[in-house]
Formats: sequence, C-alpha cells, structure tokens
Amino acid sequence: MDLWNLGDPIRDTAAPDGPIETRWERRRFAAKLVNPANRRKLTVIVVGTGLAGGSAAATLAEAGYRVRSYCYQDSPRRAHSIAAQGGINAAKNYRNDGDSIHRLFYDTVKGGDFRARESNVYRLAQVSVNIIDQCVAQGVPFAREYGGLLDNRSFGGTQVSRTFYARGQTGQQLLLGAYQAMERQIGLGNIEMNARHEMLELIVVDGRARGIVVRDLVTGEITTDFADAVVLASGGYGNVFFLSTNAKGCNVTATWRAHRKGALFANPCYTQIHPTCIPESGTHQSKLTLMSESLRNDGRVWVPLAAGDQRAPGEIPEHERDYYLERIYPSFGNLVPRDIASRAAKNVCDEGRGVGPGGLGVYLDFADAIGRLGRPAVEAKYGNLFEMYQRITGEDPYQVPMRIYPAVHYTMGGLWVDYDLQSTIPGLFVIGEANFSDHGANRLGASALMQGLADGYFVLPNTINNYLADGPFPAVDATTPEVVAARTGVEDRLNRLLAVDGDRTVDSFHRELGHLMWEYCGMERTEEGLTKAIGLIRGLRDEFWARVKVPGTGEQLNQNLEKAGRVADFFELAELMCIDALHRRESAGGHFRAESQTPDGEALRQDDEFGYVAAWEFGDRPTLHQEQLDFEYVQPSTRSYK
Amino acid sequence: MAVDTKVRPVRTKVPATRSTVSLKILMAVTGLLLVGFLFAHMIGNLKIFVGAESFDHYAHWLRELGAPLLPEQWYLWIQRAVLTAAVLGHIAAATILARRARKARPVRYAHRPKVQGSYAARTMRWGGVIVLLFVIYHILDLTTGTLNPVGDREHPYANVVADFAPDRWYVTLWYALAVVAVGLHLRHGLFSAARTLGQRTARGERIVRRAALVLSVVLVAGYLSVPFAVLTGLVS
Amino acid sequence: MDIQVRVWRQSGPSDRGRMVTYDVKDISPDASFLEMLDVLNEKLILDGDDPIAFDHDCREGICGMCGMMINGVAHGPERATTTCQLHMRHFRDGDTIDIEPWRAAAFPVVKDLVVDRRAFDTIIQAGGYITAPTGTAPDAHATPVPKADADAAFEAATCIGCGACVAACPNGSSMLFTAAKVAHLGLLPQGQPERQSRVLDMIEAQDEAGFGGCTNMGECTTVCPKGIPLTLIGRLNADYRKAVGKR
Repeated sequence: MDLWNLGDPIRDTAAPDGPIETRWERRRFAAKLVNPANRRKLTVIVVGTGLAGGSAAATLAEAGYRVRSYCYQDSPRRAHSIAAQGGINAAKNYRNDGDSIHRLFYDTVKGGDFRARESNVYRLAQVSVNIIDQCVAQGVPFAREYGGLLDNRSFGGTQVSRTFYARGQTGQQLLLGAYQAMERQIGLGNIEMNARHEMLELIVVDGRARGIVVRDLVTGEITTDFADAVVLASGGYGNVFFLSTNAKGCNVTATWRAHRKGALFANPCYTQIHPTCIPESGTHQSKLTLMSESLRNDGRVWVPLAAGDQRAPGEIPEHERDYYLERIYPSFGNLVPRDIASRAAKNVCDEGRGVGPGGLGVYLDFADAIGRLGRPAVEAKYGNLFEMYQRITGEDPYQVPMRIYPAVHYTMGGLWVDYDLQSTIPGLFVIGEANFSDHGANRLGASALMQGLADGYFVLPNTINNYLADGPFPAVDATTPEVVAARTGVEDRLNRLLAVDGDRTVDSFHRELGHLMWEYCGMERTEEGLTKAIGLIRGLRDEFWARVKVPGTGEQLNQNLEKAGRVADFFELAELMCIDALHRRESAGGHFRAESQTPDGEALRQDDEFGYVAAWEFGDRPTLHQEQLDFEYVQPSTRSYK
Repeated sequence: MAVDTKVRPVRTKVPATRSTVSLKILMAVTGLLLVGFLFAHMIGNLKIFVGAESFDHYAHWLRELGAPLLPEQWYLWIQRAVLTAAVLGHIAAATILARRARKARPVRYAHRPKVQGSYAARTMRWGGVIVLLFVIYHILDLTTGTLNPVGDREHPYANVVADFAPDRWYVTLWYALAVVAVGLHLRHGLFSAARTLGQRTARGERIVRRAALVLSVVLVAGYLSVPFAVLTGLVS
Repeated sequence: MDIQVRVWRQSGPSDRGRMVTYDVKDISPDASFLEMLDVLNEKLILDGDDPIAFDHDCREGICGMCGMMINGVAHGPERATTTCQLHMRHFRDGDTIDIEPWRAAAFPVVKDLVVDRRAFDTIIQAGGYITAPTGTAPDAHATPVPKADADAAFEAATCIGCGACVAACPNGSSMLFTAAKVAHLGLLPQGQPERQSRVLDMIEAQDEAGFGGCTNMGECTTVCPKGIPLTLIGRLNADYRKAVGKR
C-alpha cells in the first residue's frame, strides 16, 4: 500500500439501467441534441487520425461541427490502424451459423476474461453491423465471394464466422475509407487538418477540457488551440516496451498528459502479447513484425526436447522434438488463444529450449502441411506471409521452419471513460485504443478495428452532443491563466530535455526501459519482479533526466526531441503499469501473475477480490478508484482450452 | 446524424482542355494521324520498285486526288494543312508537357541510373526534335526540290534517284538515321498513344507493345528500302 | 559489414543542401536499411553532430511514411519492397550507398531526407472518395459486387501513398497514385455516381499541385512497393476522356 492510495469507488453514471438490448437506444434518446444551425458555432479538437480519430473527425464534420484534427505523421493516412491485418468482426450473421449481437457480445466479454463492462460491449456488438454497411458504402473493397456478396473468415476465440476482411490488409482499407471521408471534409473546409503536429498538453479551464498545446514538428513552434470539446484518439502505449508491433511513433503522451491533468487511467497493466511475431535478430532491432495468427492453422509449433540443443532444425529427429502446444492443449493444439500460446512459448524458452539468436524463439513448422497439401496449396494460402518472412529474415520458410516469438501488440488499458466515452475531465472524450472500455483484460482478434470504428462513426458522434448542447463555453484565449501555465509547462519541459546535454541517446534509454518492462511486466509478472522493476524504473528515469543527450534545438524538425518527450512520459507510465500489475494479485487475460495460477499452470482469476476496473488518479502516489463490474447477462467462468 | 448537404466545390481554375491528360490525348490523336500518313506515304514510296513511270504517275495522281469533287490540288493542300496542324499540335503539346515535367523536378538527383524503360521511351523528346528537323529538310528536298540536285517537280523518280546516288552517301546516311529515329519514336509512341486513349488491360498492353514494334520495324524497313535500292543500283 | 553512405543533408527548406559521406561500421546483414541509419544516427548524436532526419513509422511496409532514393532507385534495389523492409544483406561489405530524398516540386524537402507529401492529400480531397456520410448507408449486401471487380478494386486500393512513383518518374508525375484511387473507386458500383467528376477534379488537383504529366514510361510501377500496375493509368485516361466528352 505504500506505492498507492485507495480512493473512493467510481461508477459509470452515463449508462442507462434496464434491459441491455435497449440501453443504447435509450441513451441516445435521453442525450441532449444540438440544433444543426448551432453546430457551426461549436469546435471539436480531435487528436489522432486512425480508425477512431479519422472516423470521428469525418462524422462530426458531416454533422456540422467545426473540427480541427491533429496527427504527428505527415498525413492522416499513416496512422497505425493501417497495419492491422486480419479483419473486423461484425454480428451480421451472413453465414447463418448462429451468430447474433448477443453472441458477439458474449464472446467479447468472455474473451476479455470478464473484465469489461457489459453495457459497452453490448453496444459495440450492436453497432458492429452498421460499421460494415458504412464501410461498404464508402468503397472499402472487402473480400467477396463469386456471388458478389461479402466473404467471412473465422478468428480465434469464436465458433462462428463473422470476420470481414480485405486480404491481409483490412486495417489499411478501413483506414483509407475513414481517411477519404475525412479528406472530403477537409476539402469542404469543415475540418482543419494539422499534420506533423504533436499534442504535448491538455488545457483544462474551469474543470473542462478546452484545448491543447501542440508543437509544430516542422518549425518547432509551440501553439495553443481551443475548442468546446477535446477528443483523444491517440492509440495505445505498447511502445513502452520499446520493441512492439506498434509503429515507431506510437506514444502515450496525449493520454498521459490528460492523465496528469486529472483523467483517470484504467487497467494500464492489461497488455496483449501476440504469439506469432518475427523474433529479434540483434541489438539493432527497432521494431517487431507480426505474422498473422492464421499461420497457426497449418503450422506446428515446436522446440527441441533437450535444453541447449544447437543443431539445425532439420537435423533434429522427430522423437527429439517437443510439439508443446499439442502436448499441453490436446483439444485446441496449435490454435489456443493468443495469451496461452504466448506464455507457453515463454515457458519453453525459459527452460533453455528456445531456438535462434539468444534462444528467444520457437519453430513454426510447415513441413507437415507442405507434405500433406503440397507446396502450391500452402503458397496459395500463405504466400504473401512467407514472402514477408523471407524478406525480413533472409530464410526460406518453405525449406526451414519459421522462427517466431511473442511480441507486445495491443494495450487494453487506457483512459477511463463512461458510457458516453467521456473521461473524468468533462469535455475530454477518449476513443479507440486510447480508452480502456471494451476489451477487458484481453482483446479478441479482429475486435480492435471494430471498436475504433464503432467509437468514431457511431458512438462518440451521438454522445458528444449531450455535452456540446451546453456550449459554446466561455471564450478562452492565450492569456487565460490555465492556458499560460500549460504552455509554459510545455516549453519548460522541452527546454529541460534540451538542456541536459548528457552522454546517452534517447533510444538507449528507451531500449533499456523496454527490456525492463518486458522482463518484469511482460508475459509473466510476480510481486518480487514488479517491486524490483519499480525501483529500476525510478532509477533509470532519474538517470534519463541527468544523462540524456538531445541534439539540436527546439526550433526545427528535431526527431530526437520528439522521442525524448515521449520516452519521458513512458517512464511515468511504466511505473503506473507496474503498480497496477502489482496491485492486481490475480491472473486475467493479458495479465498473468505467477502467484495466481491453477495447479497445471493456467491463469486463475480472483473475481471476488478483483472483479473491478482499476482506475488510477495521478499523483506522487497514484490513487486507486475501483469501478465494480456487474455481470447480469454473462456469468464469469473459467476459460479452458485443454 | 449527418446533415452533410454541402455540394462539392466547383473546380474551374484550369480548363480541362489544358490538363496534362488532355494534352496527352491531343498528342496521341495527332500522333496517330501522322502515323497513318507515314504508312500511306510509305506505300506510295514503294511504287518506285514498279518503275519510273508508275512512280511519277502516282505522284501526279496525288495532285488530282479528290477531283472532280475538288479542284485540282485542293485535296493535297487540305491534307498538308491537316498534317501541319497535327505536327504543330503535337509539338505544342509536347513542349508544354516537357516544360511542366521540368518544372515538376527542379532539383535533379545526384545519383540517377538511366531510365529502366526502353531506349525508345527515354529518347522521345530528342528523337522528336531530330524527326522534325528531318521533315523540314525532307520537304525542301523532295517536295519543293530546293535542296535536290535535280529538283524537277514533274519527275519525282529522277529526284529520288539523284538524291540517293552513291556519291551522296551522306544524304542516305542522314535519311537512314532519321528513319530509325522515327521508328524508335513510334515504338514507344504507338504504345503510349494507345495507353493515353484508354488501353487498360495487361493482355492488351502486350499486344499493343508487340504491334508497335512490328509496325515500327515495317515502317523503317519500308522507308529504308528506297534509298538503299538506289544506293545499290537496284533502282536507277 | 562496413559500408559508406553518402547522404543528402539539408538543414531546412531554404538550405541548398549537399551530399555528405559517412562511414558506418559493423552493421549486421540482418539489420534493416532504416536500422542502419538508426545506428549511424546514434553515433552522430554522441559525436555531437546533427542526426539525419528521415520519415518512417510502421516499419512494416504499410504506412507509406518511409521512402528515399537509394543509389538512384526509389526504395532501393529490392522490387516490391519499401525502404523499411529493405535489409542490409542486399548490399555488400565495402559498398558506397547514395541516399537522397524524393525529388519533386510538389514534394518540397523539409529537412535532409524528409519531404512534404501533402500534395497527395489535396489530390484525394479533390475527389478521391465516395460521398457516403455516416449513417446513410444501406445494408452491405444491398449491392452485390462481382468478385473480379472487388478484387481488382482491392489491388488498386493497396497503394500506400509513399510517393515512390513520383520520385522515380522522369516527369515527376503522380499519375500512378491518382490512377490507383480512380480505379479503386471507379471499379465499385458505389463509386459510379461520382466517377466523372472524380477523375476531372483529381487530375485538376494533380496539375495544380505541380506534378508533371505521364509519358507511359513505367518507371513508377517498377519501383512501386505494392506493384500497382501501369494499366490503371489507361483506365484513368479512358475515364477522363469520357468525362471531358460529356461535360
């Protein structure tokens, strides 16, 4: 308890009670509306242009609000939603295979290991069907069957086929749809787009979110922007681990700055680690690349039976191999969910049986599939993935087994929001991966795209009205004391970073922080490790502020200054993640505490003690506010895949 | 939710007729017209192998073409006007496009390997200039007869034979170079014209590229056969 | 492996810029091209020099943010590969590699290898969309789309907007980029109502942005990391011709 304080519990007061099927409808009816003529007088700032931010900006502009969008990339089309491969879930039941809104809701709550809110997830399942309609109307080229109708595929954790996809580039196609809708509004003058701008602070005036402080990344100029509401759609914080499947620029700064201004940060320790990524090849490694989960349909995962076996894979005879997923989970085999597969890989590597450089890898072997189906069939199914693997590793997966290893992929935690997607700061809305709302402790495949677009196209544009109906709010300008303070704070911080002029690069700190987090707050967490990590993080953070070297000045394009600010925030987040992981003495979804496992090593939830959302308030010692989760429609049970 | 009733802004700053694509269409159409003329001209040239009388008769017939509907020589002048317009249009469009292209890349690359496409494709502009110079010379030589050693407008056969006489090998060389330049120009130009006019399938592209090659070779062979026949004494 | 790079250094838009030579030692052949630059930058920072600015983000070949001329070839020697997916094993120990930014009037240099590609956004703003405000959509199955059309639309839609086509084009033309979007939307039934205005407006925006015209050389498609085919330009031309005719 000396690391944090226990505060008052919190509730989501925006969600209606009563039958879950009509909650969204009733909320929309109860929410105040804004007359179309008045919308022109209201300004909304949207930070981030991914699936959530892009779709929200376009939809709000279509509705008639004045929108100003920000992104750190050179164009809104670059947001990292673009890299999502697999697909997007929707309860269309086009397959007539028993799917329904209720089943998608059920699968998502269960997949999240019963740590998500029923109301939110139900609404997500409801609007999922509208997303597909909307995207098709925009010209998203989903895969189709010969009859001209939409095709579906299956994904992990479900028994129905409800995933819509566009080859292995679904995220790209969906994002381009939102981007085009957004560009149309930019062309019409309804959105002012500010690319290569980074939000560095939230401006709160009279308790309301009223604007942001941004840095023009090209000129280095610090400016302030004011609005009636601020929407954060800035994505997840997986880059705290340095190596992840996130884009290099992904960062926590926007949400972390809001957190420091009073927004609660919920469940920061829930991290999704994807089992099939290309392993590190050396110390030069700058990011990890995901290989689609679909490979596990035909690939067999194995490691040598004996620790320290250095032979080439082809020289290891069949009886000296351990197909450990098939051995431990005979009924699901290689197709166990992501969290299970990742942890199993870590366990065999910890036993010294890992393969490749540093022993951090396991084989994903297609020899059987090639023998059974023939090379052309395997090529037709996975050709592009095999090519990508070969391009990166220089090895031919048709000849030698792929080497894979788990990597940080998605963060379920984020800023706490109510049913209206409003944070604890009035006027600050948080959508997409940046909020914590819908995935509980683990996200199912193909659900991130669904949530981002649900929030941006359908949820936020309806709920934000209720807040904006009270606007326009009193004018704010550059001389408002809160604005001056926010701006000065940003400038001081940048100057401090530049002034250190030490002897270590930003990347070297980031890399070390990442190693630390991976070691102690990664796939398996223990009380001892987390306690140690907190001390190490604090030490490293002090060292960062004493020894970091940021070249150049603040008045120019300075990519190292950008990185330094982001890493500084990652240090603070990392500590909170460890505290959250330490306080949650149970295993749930992506959070595995070694102390809380079944006799055969599976995750063990403690529903009575930890059946809540942990929402943290910023402070020297963070304060925990618990939001109790009630399950009226889905009864928590133990997940088993044996 | 959406009250999006705004109409798209009308964009009228640059008329569509002056867009890069329109200019390319103009080049394609004028180019094809000129290619059509080149083939007709080539077939006429080949009559030289039938004999002096036939060739001269053909030349006279050209002046009477269109009569009695049109007065004598009118057709010829109409054709000349159309061809001149086509040449001017082709050159004007090419000049505007070349200038736009130069403006589109104000700073050059320090390290730039040659364009990986064919030699023909990257010599379109200079090739075009060579062809133009040749056409001017060619008109002065065999149309007006100004630069021809014989220059007898009534006896084109004699003009041709005198032109490509062995001791005037440099004329033949110059002529041959120009014809090859035309061939190269067409090899890419024919494909490019088809693409500009909307050719859009991979299979069609293969056919068009092959056809462009065949037509260019036929044209070059057809035009070169005359001077070389004179040079070797086959025609005298 | 040890290599030498000659990199375009330009402190800002108004600087004239020049090529500067650096030695890069001890690079793993498994490192990506950008990781090689990371290593060089770490050294430059510790030596008190200005690190080389270059754009990059996803580093898995899909965001379209990275891109540089490597020995005069957009995205380097590997076909259908973005700069971030290019690995050092494709170079030899002792090689000298020239690195330059995209060169086009429409893509002004911001710093070193970073260019401003907002001109692409303005082309999309002009018409690279289907007008379908949120909430107005009919059921997704209301209009079946022949599989061949959907697949062809998808192929065209895989363009990542990196700008390599412009960088490689001898005319600095963005035709392949524009054609890919015109084809993507024009192949779908949902894109038909705006098909004519789209192509006219996008070409106008492309010309206004200062891109050159297409001479059908095919340099663009050769370097395109997504292999967008040259045939799409023919499709754009046909659409344009018809649209002008009907106007």
